[in-house]
Amino acid sequence: MSDAAVPAGELSRGLWREAGRRLSRNRLAVSAGIVIALITLLAVAGPALSPYAYDSIDWQNLAVPPLSAASHWLGTDRLGRDLFVRTLAGVRISLLISLLATAISLVIGVLWGAIAGYAGGRTDALMMRFVDVLYSLPYLFIVIILTTVFSRGSLPMLYVAIGAVGWLTIARMVRAQTLALKRREFIEAARATGLTPTAILIRHVIPNLIGPVAVYATLTIPQMILYEGFLSFLGLGVQEPLASLGSLINDGAQEMQSAPWMLLIPAAFLIVLLLCFTLVGDALRDALDPRER
Amino acid sequence: MLRYGLRRIAGILPTLLVIITASFFIIRLAPGGPFQQEQTLPPAVRVNLDRAYGLDQPLPLQYLRYLRGLAHGDFGPSFKLRDFTVAELIAQGLPVSAALGLSAMLLSIFVGVPLGAAAALRRHRPADHTVTGFTVVAMALPAFVVGPLLALIFGVYLHWLPVAGWESPFPRYLVLPAVTLALPVIAYIARLTRASLLEVLRANFVRTARARGLGPWRVLWRHALAPTLLPVVSYLGPAIAFVVTGSLVVETVFGLPGTGRFLVQGAINRDYSLVMGMVIVYGTLLLGLNLLVDLLYGWLDPRVRHE
Repeated sequence: MSDAAVPAGELSRGLWREAGRRLSRNRLAVSAGIVIALITLLAVAGPALSPYAYDSIDWQNLAVPPLSAASHWLGTDRLGRDLFVRTLAGVRISLLISLLATAISLVIGVLWGAIAGYAGGRTDALMMRFVDVLYSLPYLFIVIILTTVFSRGSLPMLYVAIGAVGWLTIARMVRAQTLALKRREFIEAARATGLTPTAILIRHVIPNLIGPVAVYATLTIPQMILYEGFLSFLGLGVQEPLASLGSLINDGAQEMQSAPWMLLIPAAFLIVLLLCFTLVGDALRDALDPRER
Repeated sequence: MLRYGLRRIAGILPTLLVIITASFFIIRLAPGGPFQQEQTLPPAVRVNLDRAYGLDQPLPLQYLRYLRGLAHGDFGPSFKLRDFTVAELIAQGLPVSAALGLSAMLLSIFVGVPLGAAAALRRHRPADHTVTGFTVVAMALPAFVVGPLLALIFGVYLHWLPVAGWESPFPRYLVLPAVTLALPVIAYIARLTRASLLEVLRANFVRTARARGLGPWRVLWRHALAPTLLPVVSYLGPAIAFVVTGSLVVETVFGLPGTGRFLVQGAINRDYSLVMGMVIVYGTLLLGLNLLVDLLYGWLDPRVRHE
């Protein structure tokens, strides 16, 4: 951060330390964070522990329940694919897509909101009206329409489609913050020293937005996991033989009567992930909310 | 009020036109088409098919033709479900979807409000904590997880309700889908009601009512209820949007023959006219219902003046 931004920087550092202290006192949120870390670790390292690949077929063990066949710890699906590996691969894809989609919405949202807020006037009105129109349409419609545009099942399409509609709230929030920042002395000072608007935006406005944006990002990740799961569940997302939690739950729901574990295992992972992210996000918001003090 | 309502209705049309135009061109500009996923057709057949559906004409012309059809209530034929027009499919699916949406909304309001009110009246006691815990879980979990799990418990294990499908007697087949769809909305409404009632109970007019010697139920019913419901009513707009989009998943989970499944199937099959028809139906529904909520809000809260 540059010299001119130091006052705000110092202030936010104090705020962050205070927030961190309160966050660490929230035992539920801390354990939720640990669970997320463990699941992530398991998703990254876990598949290597099993002799099977996520798409390899074991003809001797079709649809076996958990803990009954050697080395298929969580059983297999109808095609004899190992569910432990598939579920973890699904967690990995779900996390990857949601992180990338969150990153995409952050980039678009922060730039859009900061430019609109800083430019003001007619540019601002036009840009925010565009956001309003998109906002009034249900999110999932846009995603479904976008999925018809791109070829089905390509992963980049998925996170672009999900991320491209996730930036609206961020843009609104960033714009409001930028409007408040714009009137501060250090921005005025930067302008007085002759910096161009672009330089002011990049060096002074955006760094000061990081705090609230980071909090919002934490709350966005579970949303993105949900949207990815929703699309994959409907068959519009990740395609065979790849798996995401959503497509695994869909597969499991088809076999519910004869092989309930195929539904219960991915559902349990998704439920735990979502609850943990929600708990951490809520705790983070509470920790940073000055009204709670 | 009447003039305001008419003006709002007039305002819906341009919005709808923008939605139709945008989705028409976005869907059409995409590579691939309804006839490309089948085994390669002989070129002559392709040409004839394209001509029969008007796909050989320039896009702006197709657009104008589509709009002219719409003005006459003609949504065109479905590209994939060959024997049906889109209008027939809508007429087939809409009653099911409407029944699902309506029962989910009613369930949300008539369970959510009492739940939230009970939590507020029993603040910081076990009942309150139970409701708060329930709302956290119910809001975090999506329908595509809750639905199959409910079907597993109540359908497969307990045999109380059918797992999926749509046969007479219909209400039996509606219970699980409606509950699945309503759960997050119930939770949100309960939260809103709890927070709002707690605030209203601290207000001066409630103290005055109590001071006049009115019993707690009378205070609640006659004085506290209406102002408590204001945030709930303003949430109804987003709630409707949630229920409408949520019904896509719920209909897929429970195999209900509603319009939501047509939208999803249409998107998968690139059935242009079907997707367009569904977008128009859902767009109109959302815009119309939101207008209704706005009018309801104005009627409930006399401080809101429609200029």
